[in-house]
Amino acid sequence: MNHQFSPAALAAQIQSVGVDIEGVNLSYGSNHVLKDVNLAIKPGEFFAFLGPSGCGKTTLLRLIAGFNTAQRGEVRIGGRDISGLPPHRRDVGMVFQSYALWPHMTVRRNVAFGLEERRVPRAEIERRVDAALELVGLKHLADRRPSQLSGGQQQRVALARTVVVEPKILLLDEPLSNLDAKLRVQMRQELLSLQRKLGLTTIFVTHDQEEANTICDRIAVMEDGRVQQVGTPQDLYDHPANLFVAGFLGTANVLDGTVRDDGAGGRAFVGSGFTPVALPAVEAGTGTGGKLMFRPQNLAIRADGQPPAPGHSRLTGTVRHREFLGASIRYAVDVGGQLVQVDAPHQAGDALLPPDAPIILDLAADKARFLRQ
Amino acid sequence: MTSLALTRDRIARVRPGPALAALLIAAFLLLFLVVPVVQVIFVAFQDKTTGAFTLVNFADFFQNDLFMRSFWNSFYVSAMSVVVASLLALPLAYLTTRFEFRGSVLIQSLGIIPLIMPPFIGAVAMQLLFGRNGSVNLLLRDHFGFSIPFMEGLNGVIFVQSIHYFPFILINLSASLKNIDRAMEESAQNLGCHGFRLFRRIVFPLAMPGYVAGASLVFIKVFDDLGTPLLLNVNDMLAPQAYLRISSIGIADPMGYVISVVLIACSLLALWVSALAMRGKDYATVQRGGGGLAKRRLKPLEMVAAYGIVLLILVLVLAPHVGLGLLSFATIWSFSPLPDAFTLKHYHTVFSESGQYITNTLLYASLAALLDVVIGTAIAYLVLRTKLPGRQWLDYIAMAALAVPGVVLGIGYLRSFYGVPMPFTGQPLSNFWLILVFALAIRRLPYALRACTAALQQVSSSLEEAAENLGATKLRTVGRIVVPLMSGGILAGFVTSFATAAVELSATIMLVHSQSDAPLAYGLYVYMQSAAGRGPGAALGIFAVIIVGLGTYLSHVVIERGRRDRGQDH
Repeated sequence: MNHQFSPAALAAQIQSVGVDIEGVNLSYGSNHVLKDVNLAIKPGEFFAFLGPSGCGKTTLLRLIAGFNTAQRGEVRIGGRDISGLPPHRRDVGMVFQSYALWPHMTVRRNVAFGLEERRVPRAEIERRVDAALELVGLKHLADRRPSQLSGGQQQRVALARTVVVEPKILLLDEPLSNLDAKLRVQMRQELLSLQRKLGLTTIFVTHDQEEANTICDRIAVMEDGRVQQVGTPQDLYDHPANLFVAGFLGTANVLDGTVRDDGAGGRAFVGSGFTPVALPAVEAGTGTGGKLMFRPQNLAIRADGQPPAPGHSRLTGTVRHREFLGASIRYAVDVGGQLVQVDAPHQAGDALLPPDAPIILDLAADKARFLRQ
Repeated sequence: MTSLALTRDRIARVRPGPALAALLIAAFLLLFLVVPVVQVIFVAFQDKTTGAFTLVNFADFFQNDLFMRSFWNSFYVSAMSVVVASLLALPLAYLTTRFEFRGSVLIQSLGIIPLIMPPFIGAVAMQLLFGRNGSVNLLLRDHFGFSIPFMEGLNGVIFVQSIHYFPFILINLSASLKNIDRAMEESAQNLGCHGFRLFRRIVFPLAMPGYVAGASLVFIKVFDDLGTPLLLNVNDMLAPQAYLRISSIGIADPMGYVISVVLIACSLLALWVSALAMRGKDYATVQRGGGGLAKRRLKPLEMVAAYGIVLLILVLVLAPHVGLGLLSFATIWSFSPLPDAFTLKHYHTVFSESGQYITNTLLYASLAALLDVVIGTAIAYLVLRTKLPGRQWLDYIAMAALAVPGVVLGIGYLRSFYGVPMPFTGQPLSNFWLILVFALAIRRLPYALRACTAALQQVSSSLEEAAENLGATKLRTVGRIVVPLMSGGILAGFVTSFATAAVELSATIMLVHSQSDAPLAYGLYVYMQSAAGRGPGAALGIFAVIIVGLGTYLSHVVIERGRRDRGQDH
């Protein structure tokens, strides 16, 4: 083996592989935790499992690492089925939520552990450990115990310990949840640059949409053991497949209504409190009930008397309450018995609308999405 | 697809290593705990001659005046010991948890000193200090013309036992008082509750589970104890009766077995009552930033009273140690407050005549303790980390040893193994010294098991998963991560088992059949039978105290270091 032991060389050793998850079902007794999960993660991708607690994202991650067993389905890494392999033979690096650094070993011994288990020659272990610690900027703390390190430093040791064995893929289980807010923002950038440097296919589990949006190439949104939608952060935000995804990423306004003919051969969404919204691309038949989803920024507050701009639908309602956010004011508006939220930009000296004030809103129809469920 | 997945599932669930370990442990528990105890129960219900099922033995027991008196005496002594021990423990626990009290260190040592002196060892010394013609009563009679019957009959047992066992109540009660969040008290005050009402409605109910746990432990310990009444020559209690029936009439006499069944039943009853009292009352109320009840400063007069109480209890607690020390150096000590003169010859006697007691003890106790931590670690791992079917039962059975008094285990071993000849020698198996080691191991296993389980519970399973994730097999993970991280708890369990096994008398006394195989506790008992043997007996007792004391200190050091290493001080 012709190993160079600089951080850059560590990156060169790593061959990016893809991960394919096919038809995975997992239950604990009668509790069906993963329901027919299918995912294809590309080589070198930074991929997120995003969802609320209990959605099955961590279970899926631990399944890839081999800490639980699916009743049906298979997981392939680089095309090879690993379902029958015990955890220690999978070569899948995992960084635990709690970091799981061994308190009875120094930082150096922690990082060396995986190489020792692989029977790597002693001299090479030392050099590779040094390179890994250098990669995360902790070489000077090699002889400390984990308990003598700060949360962020422990996080970096856990990362070094995992990447030093040059795993095929990297799994990160809510790695930022134990850090304070400022450090979290800094660490996620470090994670991203490390991942890019190593080109290591990475799966990141989180319940925080902001974390997933800022660093991941693609996201699988999970809920109730199912993958709800897979896509880039922008895809998911702009074109959510269902109400759950719409509500989980950002704020979603939802109006109840029915699909009708617009009288000109097209379709329109009709309900109480707003003028019909044109739905040019929808293939639902007339009479289909459904929801109209749009974001607060798709609405504009209009002065009384102006007609709606072309391509806009008009909503009339009453202000129920408001939140002063600084740059903008978020009003909750009662439209035909349903609450929608709208953001009004704020400048010094602007008057706020009082509760119970009547309000007129215009909705850009092409920004709204019709959802069947 | 399904069938393939199923086999995969099954392979993941039952691995051969753990299954083999579980089988070995099950065999050991079955052979040396279940079979002997079941045998004892079986015989109690058997007709002596025909072997048919009968209740006649129990009818005999309940119609025999001596047995009934023994039964009530045991009950009375245990209950009174709980009362007296509570009287000693309550003020101490209250002082340390409610007040800024400088003497807290003193109280902490009060909680340990008695435990390093097995009660039967101190009993004779207490006789000399507090007996009818002991130092205290001689002085009282000379100066004030009256005496106090501290040590008369059952009083003596109660006195000695409560001084020895009150730390159990002190430790449990202090722990639960410390676990009460200050906010519990403050919110009650905020709602208008204060003073004694606050104590009665909030503090006392929250501390109750700890108190009941300690009290029931004291009850069981006293009820089952054989050594103390025997050495104080109080024979009309249940445990001594069981011993005397078997040792004087023989292992065929059913009454010893009937008494054993009664002893087990009472232990179970006490455990059940304590479990009932604890049920649904896991009051761990300390939350973030909490930390015990509000403490206030003592006023000067209260301070005097507090120190008075603590010093009085300290004197009582140290009495057996001082008495034993004096006795071991005394030439003659009789009808006088202090010995006539001092000598080292008792220690010489012990070294020249009875060295085997000490070496035997070291050998037996360390083997038993080793066995305990190995089995304890294995059971803890099987229960907490594998999915082996029935694994919970290993824990249950091992813990069941708590309800089996030493006398009963001894009787069971005699009954089960006396008829089994040893290979080569043809001697009965029950005479073999290793049997003694097994008895000690079984007796101490519940404590070692709890220590090991607690140690393993502190090891987060993600630490193991991280090792597997980095390429270590299960076995390597156990070796490199689990056992090193548990080592503090395992070592503490070893030392505790060792120290307590070193001074165990109740099972030992039934099973020792020759002086050369006897451990220290037995030697002490033999010495104390004669007036001339008291001096050497006391010297031997001092050795016992040193062994147990060192052991306790070591385990304390080990636990503290473990806590520091794990960075819990940060």
